Amino acid sequence: MKTFDLTIPSQLMTALAPDITLTVGAMALLLWAAWGRESIRRQRAVGVASMILCGIVAAMVVFFMRQDVGVGPGPIALDGFRWTADLVLLLATFATIALSMDYNEREGITSAESHVLLLLATSGMMVLVSARDLIIVFLGIEIMSVAVYVLAGMNRRSDRAAEGALKYFLLGAFSTCFLLYGIALVYGATGSTNLTTIAERIGGTGPISPMLLIGMALLVVGYGFKIAAVPFHMWAPDVYEGAPTPVTAYMAAAVKAAAFASFLRVWMEAFPHVLAQWHYGIWWLAAVTMVAGNLIALSQKNIKRMLAYSSIAHAGYILVAVLARGNIGSSAFLFYLFAYTLATFGAFAVVVVLSGRGDRYLKIEDYAGLWTVRPWLAGSMAVFMLALLGFPIFGGIGFFAKWYLLQAALDSITPLTNLSIILVLTSVVSAGYYLYVVMVMFMKPVSRADSEPQPSGRLTQWVIAAAAVLILAFGIFPDPVARLARSSVIVPIDR
Amino acid sequence: MIQFLDSIGYTAWVLPALLIIPLVGAAVLLALAAGGKGDEPGPARTARMIAFLTLLVEFIVSVGLWWSFESGAGWHASVDVPWIPTWGVRFSIGIDGFALMMVLLTTFLMPLTVLGGWTSVRTKVHSYLILLLVITTGMLGVFLARDLFLFYVMWEVMLVPMYFIIGIWGGERRIYASLKFFIYTMAGSILMLVGIVYLGIQSGSPITGAPDFSYAAALELSLSPAASFWLFGAFFLAFAVKVPMFPFHTWLPDAHVEAPTAGSVILASIMLKMGTFGFIRFALPLFPGVAMDPTVRMIILVLAVIAIIYGALVALVQPDFKKLVAYSSVSHMGFVILGIFALTVESVQGALMVMINHGISTGALFFLVGMIYERRHSRLIDAYGGIARVVPMFAAALTLVALSSIALPGTNGFIGEFLVLIGAFKTYPVLTALAATGVIFAAAYMLWALQRILFNKLDKDENRHLPDLNWREIGLLTPLIAAIIWIGVYPAPVLRRMEAAAHDLVQRVERGPPSRFPRHTMAP
Repeated sequence: MKTFDLTIPSQLMTALAPDITLTVGAMALLLWAAWGRESIRRQRAVGVASMILCGIVAAMVVFFMRQDVGVGPGPIALDGFRWTADLVLLLATFATIALSMDYNEREGITSAESHVLLLLATSGMMVLVSARDLIIVFLGIEIMSVAVYVLAGMNRRSDRAAEGALKYFLLGAFSTCFLLYGIALVYGATGSTNLTTIAERIGGTGPISPMLLIGMALLVVGYGFKIAAVPFHMWAPDVYEGAPTPVTAYMAAAVKAAAFASFLRVWMEAFPHVLAQWHYGIWWLAAVTMVAGNLIALSQKNIKRMLAYSSIAHAGYILVAVLARGNIGSSAFLFYLFAYTLATFGAFAVVVVLSGRGDRYLKIEDYAGLWTVRPWLAGSMAVFMLALLGFPIFGGIGFFAKWYLLQAALDSITPLTNLSIILVLTSVVSAGYYLYVVMVMFMKPVSRADSEPQPSGRLTQWVIAAAAVLILAFGIFPDPVARLARSSVIVPIDR
Repeated sequence: MIQFLDSIGYTAWVLPALLIIPLVGAAVLLALAAGGKGDEPGPARTARMIAFLTLLVEFIVSVGLWWSFESGAGWHASVDVPWIPTWGVRFSIGIDGFALMMVLLTTFLMPLTVLGGWTSVRTKVHSYLILLLVITTGMLGVFLARDLFLFYVMWEVMLVPMYFIIGIWGGERRIYASLKFFIYTMAGSILMLVGIVYLGIQSGSPITGAPDFSYAAALELSLSPAASFWLFGAFFLAFAVKVPMFPFHTWLPDAHVEAPTAGSVILASIMLKMGTFGFIRFALPLFPGVAMDPTVRMIILVLAVIAIIYGALVALVQPDFKKLVAYSSVSHMGFVILGIFALTVESVQGALMVMINHGISTGALFFLVGMIYERRHSRLIDAYGGIARVVPMFAAALTLVALSSIALPGTNGFIGEFLVLIGAFKTYPVLTALAATGVIFAAAYMLWALQRILFNKLDKDENRHLPDLNWREIGLLTPLIAAIIWIGVYPAPVLRRMEAAAHDLVQRVERGPPSRFPRHTMAP
């Protein structure tokens, strides 16, 4: 096994090679995008180049993953958890760019920078999931967030988008303050920002300083905003509604995933000795998020808002994996993330197709009778809804994701039986709104004025088809994903 | 026959084949549907033929089990391959005396359901038939599963096709009924999911920590009384909603009434049996300590007797014939629960007989309701009267089926309820005496309804020119009526095949929980 010494700059560079490639590539593309006149063709060309870049970076990640490398003390992790999370993030980025190319063309958004901004946000996320130092965590969150603030307001002609973007920016900046303050307090209590050192300084015994506990609480609040856990979720529905639909999918899947991955790592690496102190805090955060997210989603009429609340509910489920400490927790987390990303992108891709030019059709009722007009589209959407619901076979991998979460929750050191029961009962509640979409599509007569939706772009169709096929295929043979998830654990530093 | 079956290696492939054949048919139909032109008479007819032949082949393949599994003891024709090795999940199927009867009942009824919806389903025919085929696989999977994970997957899989069948091809209040059906069933069974995960982890290997979801491992598991109690509760809820037991039955009238004929038949004849089958297969053998607890047993038995009497009384006042049949199901299923929890060999065998008989008789009743509804577009009893003179063959069939539903001696219904009552009388005489009144009420509601539909005066003009049964309908009813009479006159072959399984169940439950320690107390 090769061990990296991250105090040597060249080795640190190697350890960050995928991230650096992505950033440098994104910069180059930015220059290219800025060079000529804005046009649809240029937008598409930059988009294709961005997708290729994503592919290259993913190949590098896989290369690293296959090598058995250990890591010395330093700010960057090189464990399976990082690589698998990177792959999920790159998959999400790839799908977002594909959707954006069609969406931007339809909506007349010609600025090619939107693709580059996605790449930059992704580079921030990749830094975030690898960060083993609170300062790097902060850096990653900022790189990611600033790019996403701009993306949320990408559609300059829309008032909604402007409102959402401003809201997102203000609340995001506010939440970053919490995070930063938390980092400062943890530093004050332990004298370090390195996760391993923090864990060592806290030690197994002895009194726990209140400053540390408050710092941890502020970290929870900061992360809570990013992952949209109740009661820090207020911004999410408005922002999700206003942002261009592909960007909404990106926020619901990738931004959340990256913040969660970092949360999990910080929690497990820095505070293993004081987790018990905040166990019930996060327990309640998870329970309230699951209950509130699902209940509020029931009353939504707009599909994007419904999906926003559903993503809040899913944040609650994922928090259960955070609580189920140990390797099985992080494996279940990654598995869930993969399944959730597929289903989310599929669902939002269908929303992109059906919303029509100018996003006119965003009410769930607008989908009435879709089955008779576009049977394959309706069938795919039903698969995505059932996957989000966590239903076996027809919802494919979505069921296994829930299953794995339950397994993690019940197999953890302190079995989370009550939380598991809340999880399954709230997912019954979620049947109320996921099935509502299915019901409207399949059981109501056509109601739209122009009953034939516009033809969807080629790339959007590919995203929908790929998501549906992957969900169903892994829904019968989930073992490859399960094996990958099981081997992708957070590895502490070798000493 | 056995030599022939052996010569083709029947037991090695029959169960996987049973699960795959319907899916192949569904794939063919999907390919045809993708070609377009689904609802024109020609393609729709082809599609119906394909579905019917697929299910007929399925039945013919499954019939061999009747001979190859003569003794009915132990597991038979098992197939066991790894499915998700990372989580210790195996694709493990097999058949025992209980499952044999349920599998044959399913494969026997499914081709008939295609015939039953031949003319009444005219829109989206391909999709409808695909759902029927997929649901067949799901139901058979439930009966065959020897792995708790596989069982749960199959258990849930049936919900979606049924949801669509009710919601798309159902009656006026179909959307409400389908959602209610889905939410009730899912809410009931989701706690079982937690229970199954817990059991799998508990019976997992203490060395590798990988969970083990096999049925055999779960049987060996010894749990603390408290854990058994809650787990029993989780399984009980799932099965009680499905049966449905009083007071979890309120989804049933809506779903059964709003579903199209084939949906009602599948729901009543097969799906309800899954609940009682679940009790026999899982709830009792896995948690014998709880099942033997006098209080728990008494509560369940009282609920069963309430269901018998309440179901019958509510059926008595229904103006809608389909709803009457639906409530009669609640009453009949009460007998099944009574038989299972009275826990004598006779009563368990009787319960299984009632399950089979109810499947045949109530299925036939729903078919008959569907036929008359297609002609007259009304399910209200008052809309008819005196039609025995107009449609004599229909009247004869309805009378015979109704009598079997009442449990007249000489029909199949008698054997089952009689055995349940005899068996249960040994352990619970008072409750059994109360339950026996259910038979009288059954006669009351059924005969009164017959009188108002078939006899009385022919006073409505619309009824004067109803066409009698056509050849398709006669072909559909003949096997059902043959089964009614055959089991009524000569039930011994059926009883013999499930006797060993019933013995085994009663013994296992009375022996109490096994004494191996669960993993968490063994590991340091």
